[in-house]
Amino acid sequence: MQMFRQIFLCFGLLVMATLTVSSTAHATGQTLELVQKRGHLKCGVSQGLPGFSTPDDRGSWTGIDVDFCKAMAAAIFNDASKVKFTPLSAKERFTAIQSGEVDIIARNTTWSMHRDTALGVDFPVINYYDGQGFMVRRDLGIKSALELDGATLCTNQGTTTELNAADYFRSNAMQYEIVAFEKADESVAAYNSGRCDAYTTDHSALYAQKLKLTDPKAHIVLPEVISKEPLGPLVRQGDSAWNDLVRWTHYASLTAEELGVTSKNLKKMSRSSNPAIRRLFGLDGSFGANLGLSKQWAVQIIGSVGNYGEIFERNLGVKTPLGIKRGANALWTQGGLQYAPPIR
Amino acid sequence: MSAQTWSPKPARPAPANTVGFVGWARENLFATKLDTALTLLCVTLIVYTLEVVFGWAIIDASFSGEDRKACLKQVQGACWPFIDAKLGQFIYGRYPEMERWRVDWVFAIGALGLVPLLMPKVGWKRANVIFMLGFYPLFCFFMLTGGVFGLTPVDTTDWGGLLVTLVVAITGIVGSLPLGILLALGRRSELPIVRALCVAFIEIFRGVPLITVLFMASVMLPLFLPDGVNFDKLVRCLIGVALFSSAYMAEVVRGGLQAIPKGQYEAAAALGLGYWKTTRLIILPQALKLVIPGIVNTFIGLFKDTTLVLIVGLFDLLGIVQLHFTDSSWATPETHITGYAFAAFVFWVFCFAMSRYSIFMENHLSTDRDKES
Repeated sequence: MQMFRQIFLCFGLLVMATLTVSSTAHATGQTLELVQKRGHLKCGVSQGLPGFSTPDDRGSWTGIDVDFCKAMAAAIFNDASKVKFTPLSAKERFTAIQSGEVDIIARNTTWSMHRDTALGVDFPVINYYDGQGFMVRRDLGIKSALELDGATLCTNQGTTTELNAADYFRSNAMQYEIVAFEKADESVAAYNSGRCDAYTTDHSALYAQKLKLTDPKAHIVLPEVISKEPLGPLVRQGDSAWNDLVRWTHYASLTAEELGVTSKNLKKMSRSSNPAIRRLFGLDGSFGANLGLSKQWAVQIIGSVGNYGEIFERNLGVKTPLGIKRGANALWTQGGLQYAPPIR
Repeated sequence: MSAQTWSPKPARPAPANTVGFVGWARENLFATKLDTALTLLCVTLIVYTLEVVFGWAIIDASFSGEDRKACLKQVQGACWPFIDAKLGQFIYGRYPEMERWRVDWVFAIGALGLVPLLMPKVGWKRANVIFMLGFYPLFCFFMLTGGVFGLTPVDTTDWGGLLVTLVVAITGIVGSLPLGILLALGRRSELPIVRALCVAFIEIFRGVPLITVLFMASVMLPLFLPDGVNFDKLVRCLIGVALFSSAYMAEVVRGGLQAIPKGQYEAAAALGLGYWKTTRLIILPQALKLVIPGIVNTFIGLFKDTTLVLIVGLFDLLGIVQLHFTDSSWATPETHITGYAFAAFVFWVFCFAMSRYSIFMENHLSTDRDKES
């Protein structure tokens, strides 16, 4: 008996010791240093979401979230290929960032108060404004979600999607009937076969699912956005310097778009006399050094992945199969929500 | 008068409707009204199914193309160009294309070692076993992970597809059989501590779902490890799968041990054999032979359970097929059906091969005593 107690005690102490060790290591907040020493960035992505992180025929990761990590690598190493992508399931993502398995997660994660305050993570920035919407058959002749009174909706079981739709219909005093399925593929198949009048999920996913329909052109996505799903990268709590680096990586690509700097006209723009461009290019000021990077950090980002507009159009835009319009993700100057604080 | 010998008339042929295909069909397919009805029903079902499958897989299918446009006909069957474009991914995962020859070598040498090992007639069994259990795992390890002999290191996070399925399944199979036998012997042991430990191990691992074991290994373990000590996800999975299936294997083997009559033990004791010799020479050969179907059943179950590693972010064959459904340049209504059909076919080939081999071994090992006459 005595022996068992001792063994338990030892084991308990061991666990506590390791926990203390790991928590102190996380709190010191030298992620940038760690990453630089290691020589590559460890980036957690999704297990496949069209336009955000998905493998191409050769297995390289592509997508807007993937490009975010590549931009980070470009800023730190001047080499966008120095990233290792770890696909994470929705359940393990928060553990992966807390345990230090990855340095950053760019995994179409909605920034919510609970996640920000209770899970030990920080959301530095929003790189995609998503929200729930509806898809209907074109021949229904509907132009707005407010005309959906009495509609049957296909959606996924047990997600907030179902609740959002219920709220929306109730607050607009409309009748509806929900047909919920276990998996997205099943709901899409049901909608495709005419079981429902409308299919509802996040806007970006609506466009992706549309491609799986027999005749995608016969369907339209209604303009209404009925919920807020701000998606962004997340990092461990307690390292403000790393937080800043993530934030300004995104802002640099936004600022570049605002100033008309693209990956194609970098050379020409570097001779510009516009003070804002000169600051972005590191010709004036010491913005790179304050982040712990080189002067050229923003140029490295834009040179390797392009500005935000280029990233968006390459992965999600109207010329890709997804064909998503900028909408809320347009620059603030064009009626969108993407707004970068000034670099000065 | 010459002597006449009696010779029988040659027998007349049997009535035409009792021999050949017609006879066989009359007897087996159309003997009674009920039989006839059932036969017709089954034939209709078979023809209908074949027609649907054939139409989908061949007649309406697309066979060539560069992207989703190839698979967007009005009446669309299977989208085979998707499989064609992604085949490299399905087999090797994100293993670097320049290094794929290493995986090919591992597959080839594995096949070269395994085939003679599985054929009872081929000699050199002892050397072959030493090769496959001693040299081959080391060869696989260095070849696949690299970092020595000038081979570029390849992170296990880049492994995927069939490669991961086979690595997990084969490690599980090779690890679980000896471990399972030891656990089964331990559970029947007369030493109380050994028995208690074995019972506890078996009951704990049989009592939780595999998905829980994998999840614990991938999500809970890292929280307890100090920073920087992050041992490989794939290794965590391999250990989890091997421990889990050894618990099942132990119970299967125990079934065989219990079927050995007491007389066998007594006879062995009379010959002066000790515990280990009795077990090795008398008990295990008979017990294992009895439970071949059970063992192979566990192997097949294990092979299919490898698909669960997706939960910890490893992409086995099924996982990587599903992952590539999200490639929007291939998104069509038929893509996922084609992908699932392909994955199902590959799994079926492996499981069916295992099942046939087990039947072959049963027949090969059966002694007359087992045969029912």
